[in-house]
Amino acid sequence: MTATFWIIIGGAIVTYLTRIGGHLILTRFDRIHPRVQAGLDAVPAAVLTTLVAPAVVDGGPSEWAAFAIAVVAGVRVSTIPMVIIGAVAVALLRQVLG
Amino acid sequence: MTGKRLADDSMTPGRLFLEGMRRGIPVVITAGPFGALFGALAIDNGMSAFDAVLMSATIFAGASQLVGLELFGQHIPAWIVILSIFAVNFRHILYSASLGQHVANWSWVRQMFGFFFLVDPAYAETERRAEQGEDVQFSWYMGLVFVVYVGWVGMTWLGTIFGNFLEDSHTWGIDFILPIYFMALLMGFRKRPFWYPIVFVSAASSIIAAKTVGSPWHVSIGAAVGILTAAIFAPVSDEETGDKQEGAR
Repeated sequence: MTATFWIIIGGAIVTYLTRIGGHLILTRFDRIHPRVQAGLDAVPAAVLTTLVAPAVVDGGPSEWAAFAIAVVAGVRVSTIPMVIIGAVAVALLRQVLG
Repeated sequence: MTGKRLADDSMTPGRLFLEGMRRGIPVVITAGPFGALFGALAIDNGMSAFDAVLMSATIFAGASQLVGLELFGQHIPAWIVILSIFAVNFRHILYSASLGQHVANWSWVRQMFGFFFLVDPAYAETERRAEQGEDVQFSWYMGLVFVVYVGWVGMTWLGTIFGNFLEDSHTWGIDFILPIYFMALLMGFRKRPFWYPIVFVSAASSIIAAKTVGSPWHVSIGAAVGILTAAIFAPVSDEETGDKQEGAR
């Protein structure tokens, strides 16, 4: 087996550990403190934000405008239409603005 | 906690599986291009198609696969590549802790199996289901992740074959789909209490961390700041922990 193969297996193992780790740690406690609960309730908003914000800031005017259009659309429409609107917008804006 | 819908007799495991699969389709449509992009880039980087598909099938986490791919070509020690993959995927620990509460009634084996598939969209969909007061059944979850997994691995494979189509991913805006998609998922949670403050501090801290500490640590840092902010400042009811505040803004 090549080195690449073993790196992939190693990467798979550490990734799996992250996916069960949080649960295994939390089940060691009988009771979840309200403050911890408030933190856990914040997980989707906090983590997803970190996947969005730096990527948007790294863009240029085309990406910023497309992102704004997608967010405004997203208030009304569901996920798929929002993504399509955003993707079409960024493709068109890049044609226009370069 | 009266809003919880009781399990309907008509919801057999098979029907729940199908319902889960339906939730997986939008995920494949939006995340699929990245599977293909990864496959194409893997071939460009001199990786074999087998290794590319193996990577999608065993690691099953797009961003970390791209990071790993970048490091493969640079004569970097194996343990650093693996550590980098770990760093990119560290956020899953939070998903795992958060989701574990909704699947406490699964058997241990099912939990250990199910958590293997805990990618960002699967987490978001499951969390959203729990938020709506529905049970997160094992069958439903497996239906969801089955579609996402097969879609991801399948698109990787297609990308290794037809990758040339994706060379113009910038022109077509494909590279910007993922941030928009994550934003769509993020907006799905905007009715949660304290959503705006969390998003604000996580955005600010992850942007600053990306410029100073660098990737991929900005994800963990931004997430930690947002979660700590909520843990300290979010209003909590003293008695009923874990209660969903209905109608809260």
